[in-house]
Amino acid sequence: MIFAARYVWRQLTSMRTALLLLLLLGIAAIPGSLIPQRTSAPMQVQEYFSKNPSRAKLYDQLSLFDVYGSPWFSAIYILLFISLIGCVIPRTIEHAKSALAKPPATPSRLDRMSFYQDFVGSIDKAESILKSAKFRIRRETNSISAEKGYLRETGNLLFHLSLILILLGISFSSLFGVRGDAIVNIGERFTNTPTSYDSINYGKLTTPSDLPPFLIKPTNFVAKYNPKTNQPTDYTLTVLTAPSPTGEAVKKIIKVNKPLKYGDTSIYLQANGYSPIVTVRDANEKIVLQGPIPFLPQDGNLASNGAIKVPDMNPQLGFVAQFFPTFEQAKGQPARSTYPEALNPRLFVAAWRGDLGLDNGIPQSIYKIDTKKLFQIGLKSMKVGQTFSFKEGSITFEGYVPWVNLQIVKDPGKSLALIGALLAILGLLASLFARQRRIWIREVSKNKLEIAGLAKNAAPGLSDEINELVRKINE
Amino acid sequence: MSKSAWAYFSNYAVYSSMFVFALAFFTNAFALAWKSTKGEKATRIATALTFLGTAVLLIAIVARGISAGRVPWSNMYEFSITGSFAFALAYLATLRKYDLRWLGIFVTFSVLLTLGTAITLLYRPTAPLVPALKSTWLVIHVSAAIICGGVFLLANVIAATYLLLEKYGENRPAWAEKIPSLDVLDQLSYRLIAFVFPLWTFAVIAGAIWAESAWGRYWGWDPKETWAFITWVGYAAYLHARVTVGWKGRKAAWLCLIAGSTFLFNYVWVNVWGTGKHTYSGL
Repeated sequence: MIFAARYVWRQLTSMRTALLLLLLLGIAAIPGSLIPQRTSAPMQVQEYFSKNPSRAKLYDQLSLFDVYGSPWFSAIYILLFISLIGCVIPRTIEHAKSALAKPPATPSRLDRMSFYQDFVGSIDKAESILKSAKFRIRRETNSISAEKGYLRETGNLLFHLSLILILLGISFSSLFGVRGDAIVNIGERFTNTPTSYDSINYGKLTTPSDLPPFLIKPTNFVAKYNPKTNQPTDYTLTVLTAPSPTGEAVKKIIKVNKPLKYGDTSIYLQANGYSPIVTVRDANEKIVLQGPIPFLPQDGNLASNGAIKVPDMNPQLGFVAQFFPTFEQAKGQPARSTYPEALNPRLFVAAWRGDLGLDNGIPQSIYKIDTKKLFQIGLKSMKVGQTFSFKEGSITFEGYVPWVNLQIVKDPGKSLALIGALLAILGLLASLFARQRRIWIREVSKNKLEIAGLAKNAAPGLSDEINELVRKINE
Repeated sequence: MSKSAWAYFSNYAVYSSMFVFALAFFTNAFALAWKSTKGEKATRIATALTFLGTAVLLIAIVARGISAGRVPWSNMYEFSITGSFAFALAYLATLRKYDLRWLGIFVTFSVLLTLGTAITLLYRPTAPLVPALKSTWLVIHVSAAIICGGVFLLANVIAATYLLLEKYGENRPAWAEKIPSLDVLDQLSYRLIAFVFPLWTFAVIAGAIWAESAWGRYWGWDPKETWAFITWVGYAAYLHARVTVGWKGRKAAWLCLIAGSTFLFNYVWVNVWGTGKHTYSGL
């Protein structure tokens, strides 16, 4: 039993296994870049399911829509890291021991070693030169064994230990991190509580009470575009923010590459769009719904789709709607937006009445209405200020306001991962560029010396170094 | 000069550089055909022309940067001209120590091919950056990645030469006589990779730091990130195989080519057909 365990351990920590696991990790990462992933493209995964249900089912069973969290991907990197630890820890101990010990004794026959030559000089002088060149030295009466370049193995070990540190940082974040998204209209207030989010994911050991209690109120959002390409050139979000409901509010600017920070929580500006402002009245002119409704952008010119739902009426009302910031429609063509700024805003609505299906417990998209159980009332294209009246009531297009998608991320392990990454580079540089070598000198008779050397990993330059050393001793 | 004049000048310089590289290519071809002293002379001229073409390309890149008012590394056209420059420069720098001039014909050909594709298929007028690209990390992350691309490509050309010449052993055909020995080629591709692997690690880490501030996460398995990781794993395996397991020669050359092709795949496939956060419109 112990024998078998030891055999497995030895196999796992062997260099060949580590190499195989490393290559396997690279290969295992490939499918995730070819098949849409739930974490990055949930919509495309859904599309895959509707287009190709049987294959999607098979893929799903193999975790191919979630490659990087799948059991088989995890298995590979966990085995790799066990193998790495099993390899690195004994080597670290070994390295520490040999760093404290003196270099091994000078071989008895130097003329059989590489870079051999004999010359005239004093062995004491040789010792002092080697010492000032920072070699570690074992001196015996008539011989010197000198070694330099331990940095190579130190760097190598540092690199591998740093990889473990990065993995620890990642695990720490997945246990104690939080990541959520909230769509907030300009002028509205966001309080950092679970109910304010549109979606939120907690780490395995995080609870809603761990959310820092800050407040954010976006007060102004400016998007600039290049009039030639319609591409965005700058987004600037101005917010009023306070660390807690009782704290003092200060003005801050959030930009795409400049998140707002509260400790290890960062608030990112991730997306933006328009919320048309509408007022819906019933047949008695009583207001049943009023305010901005976020719409989902469909293209670079921010033509947006949305749904206006009025559940507090009998029968209920629903408006399937489209918003065009810069409206244009050629004859016989569908309507479109030709620029992302609201230069000629237009709201298209299709009014429906009936049962919106909000009470059956199935969560609905806020951007869509299921019209299966509804009856259409009519269609209307509206400019700002216009009203569409029908038997059940009316809807008025009052204007629009931008919304921003705030992504709020608590990532407590990221500094650990960063430190690991920087140490890994340092270790890598040392392990690839430090040259480890030994030089031996023996006094054969009075002032008659012989010298030889050993370059580990075929490091270049030892021949020149020995010639230079001989020249110095001769001086 | 106005911005559009600089852009025009830059395009003109790219064409001029292509012309010089084409001359270098033909001179290299003559050098292979002629042997002895005439061939040696042609090789020298070809190298000088390659140097000139690279210098003109540098002017094109600088002019493109002035025209855009930023570093010219924001779309595939700009990566391609800068990448060709990095590759040609890596070749010229290696020439200082190793006589690889015979590779000139491959180097000039690949540069011509890349520049030709860039200016015909990938060309985009200079445009301001989208908000996500407005960061100092654009300079750091992209320049590191481009340098790595140039050196990876050179290491791959050398590994491919190794595989090509391996079957001849000591009895090489006349055109291959001047190429360094197999041992030297093997060592050289290793040295290039050992030199550039820490830089690639840095490029990936710099990308992660940037992604953290622009996209809210430092690693998200975006296709570009995934393939950068695969390339990293490939070259890490290569270095381990060489240093620890002792692979040399043919096996190592194949591993080098496989890792290099993951880089090319990332550059071509992910940019053109892939999706994800690295695909800013207009390639």
